[in-house]
Amino acid sequence: MTMRIIFIIISFIISGQVNAIEVYDFKNEQQRALYQELTEELRCLVCQNQNLADSDADLAKDLKDQVAEFVMNGQDKDTILAYMVQRYGDFVTYNPPLNTSTVVLWFSPFVVLLLGAGILIYNIRKKQS
Amino acid sequence: MKKIVITLIPLTLFVGLVTLLFLNMGFHNETVPSPLIGKPVPAFELPQLYEEGTMSEEDFLGEPWLLNVWGSWCPNCLYEHPVVTDLAQSGQLKVVGLNWKDEFENADAWLNRLGNPYHTILVDYKGNVAIDFGVYGAPESFLIDANGIIVHKIVGELTPDNVQNEILPKLAQLK
Repeated sequence: MTMRIIFIIISFIISGQVNAIEVYDFKNEQQRALYQELTEELRCLVCQNQNLADSDADLAKDLKDQVAEFVMNGQDKDTILAYMVQRYGDFVTYNPPLNTSTVVLWFSPFVVLLLGAGILIYNIRKKQS
Repeated sequence: MKKIVITLIPLTLFVGLVTLLFLNMGFHNETVPSPLIGKPVPAFELPQLYEEGTMSEEDFLGEPWLLNVWGSWCPNCLYEHPVVTDLAQSGQLKVVGLNWKDEFENADAWLNRLGNPYHTILVDYKGNVAIDFGVYGAPESFLIDANGIIVHKIVGELTPDNVQNEILPKLAQLK
């Protein structure tokens, strides 16, 4: 009985993974890898906070088809990303470029780090003296 | 005294964070700013719902028009339908529909039931042209000038408010 339950649970887990595999006819493994990389980096615009690879939304499927088509036609990563950014803006990528509107996004962690380091050094010095 | 100040720092930070998050609740929206504003309409060649033959972006040059992306499956399109109808009937600009990811029977039934406000309805059932327009949900509306430049985009339904305060003032500037 327990074996049976374990078996059922395992089949559920495996079937979930099978569903997650995309069915595109890539020419080689590099293309498949590029497709994976792109769909992980591109944001699903309907669900937001989810990437294309993880999303089952209708539009995400269309965009994945589009990405797959480009990959199969041998387009490179930059061209495909540029295509998406031209249409949906920097928001579509989880790896936004550095420009005036994203400068805070990129550098605020360093500012916080410096601030922390400053406080730490100040405290250590004070204890030593 | 100094100790009190130091112990108060975490509390201050916490209150500051809560305030920021609270303010963000009011300002935050999920509208993705369109990079296409100020740019020419993407080239397209689309069939029409009721007429024979295809239409391209060049067929609309010469006067301002509004492209309204809708589908019979879209609940908010139902919601905005009276507003679209009012705007189209006011005769202030040409309202063109883009029937997106739909089926003819459903779209036709929807229009028969509610009325067809559109000057022309373009059909994009594969969704390729919608991707070129950066559409990510229906309804969306694009205000396009006489030279085919996208002037403004409204994500979500048209309301009496955004027609009055966004579409019509922008349209007035074009004339």
